[in-house]
Amino acid sequence: MTEDYRMVKEGKGAEYWRWTESRWTNPDLDWKQGEVVSAGVDVGSVSTQAVVMVDGKLYAYSNMRTGSDSPESANKAIEWAFEGTGLTLDNLKATVGTGYGRVNVPFATKAITEIACHARGANFMYGPTVRTVLDMGGQDCKAIHCDEKGKVKAFLMNDKCAAGTGRGMEVFADLLGVHINDVGEMSLSVEEEPPPVSSTCVVFAKSEASGLLREGWDKEKVLAAYCSAMAHRIVDLLERIGVEKEFAITGGIAKNPGVVKRLAKELNIEPLPTDMDTQIAGAMGGALFARALYLKKMKKK
Amino acid sequence: MLANYGYKDGSGDFFITIDTDKCDGCGACVEACPAKVLELVENEFDLDAETDVAAVTEEHKKKIKYSCGPCKPAHGYKTEDLPCVQACKPGAIEHSW
Repeated sequence: MTEDYRMVKEGKGAEYWRWTESRWTNPDLDWKQGEVVSAGVDVGSVSTQAVVMVDGKLYAYSNMRTGSDSPESANKAIEWAFEGTGLTLDNLKATVGTGYGRVNVPFATKAITEIACHARGANFMYGPTVRTVLDMGGQDCKAIHCDEKGKVKAFLMNDKCAAGTGRGMEVFADLLGVHINDVGEMSLSVEEEPPPVSSTCVVFAKSEASGLLREGWDKEKVLAAYCSAMAHRIVDLLERIGVEKEFAITGGIAKNPGVVKRLAKELNIEPLPTDMDTQIAGAMGGALFARALYLKKMKKK
Repeated sequence: MLANYGYKDGSGDFFITIDTDKCDGCGACVEACPAKVLELVENEFDLDAETDVAAVTEEHKKKIKYSCGPCKPAHGYKTEDLPCVQACKPGAIEHSW
């Protein structure tokens, strides 16, 4: 019995793709002192985030896996974001639902496309100098051009195939028995960069990788070959709308240095850094839109 | 705002680009398209916008190469002669192939 097989048999390691969920509350803010509490909930195909903002400042967020039930995922995410803060849905002045499951956010005031929300969120997270946002999500990949206000100027989305998405990376984590959080670093530990796997399709790339493992390649090398194939694929996609400085990457793949560093090298542009969770950009944009919508409504009255 | 609907795959780039700044939401393209690829939707990118804008339907986004096939014969065509492009007076629609 091989080691990997034994691990799966014993119930360990069968879920290498399970990335870490997280939540956070801003210790320096008290929502009771604020005027407008707004929220954004981004129900994606793989992950769901809820962001709570107080007067346009980040107050709390949660980031968790989307279950089979979208409305339930939205509820769970907002409850987790509220945890320990004393906030309830009644305290929210406005909420915007976004992402793949945006129409399934039961408590949302409005649903807005994730493309607009990501641009707005990235503008907040990375600053107004951001002109190109690359969102690498669970099951799609979006390239967005925006202006200094975070307004979308052009976009392009690939949601037809899994190449260049988080799901593709999860498949490789599972295949190689490497935890998804370690994939990036591990792929960078190779001494010499191997040629990228030639298939852009995840299914074919997986069989190609199996072949390479049989040939005696070690895991690091196979991961490097896949990360660079993914970076290459994204560069190909970006070609259509071009990359203007400054450049920011959002979504789960932004946490994978194996892809980000190779992408930066191929594009010859360094992506902007952030100390925030890159997965919350969409929900953040949602919360900002919710605030704007609420203020607009108040003004009309 | 330039909205690119479509995809890129091993056989090429297949995108319909709609310039939402030019699109006046008249709906002529929706009528003109024999494959019913286009529809009018709320302009979610500009919350202040008063008119709807044209967009490629969810149903056709991922198979646009085939949906648009009948208007694009193998013996040649010009994108400016396509019914949707012809129908659009403000010139908001472009095809990448």
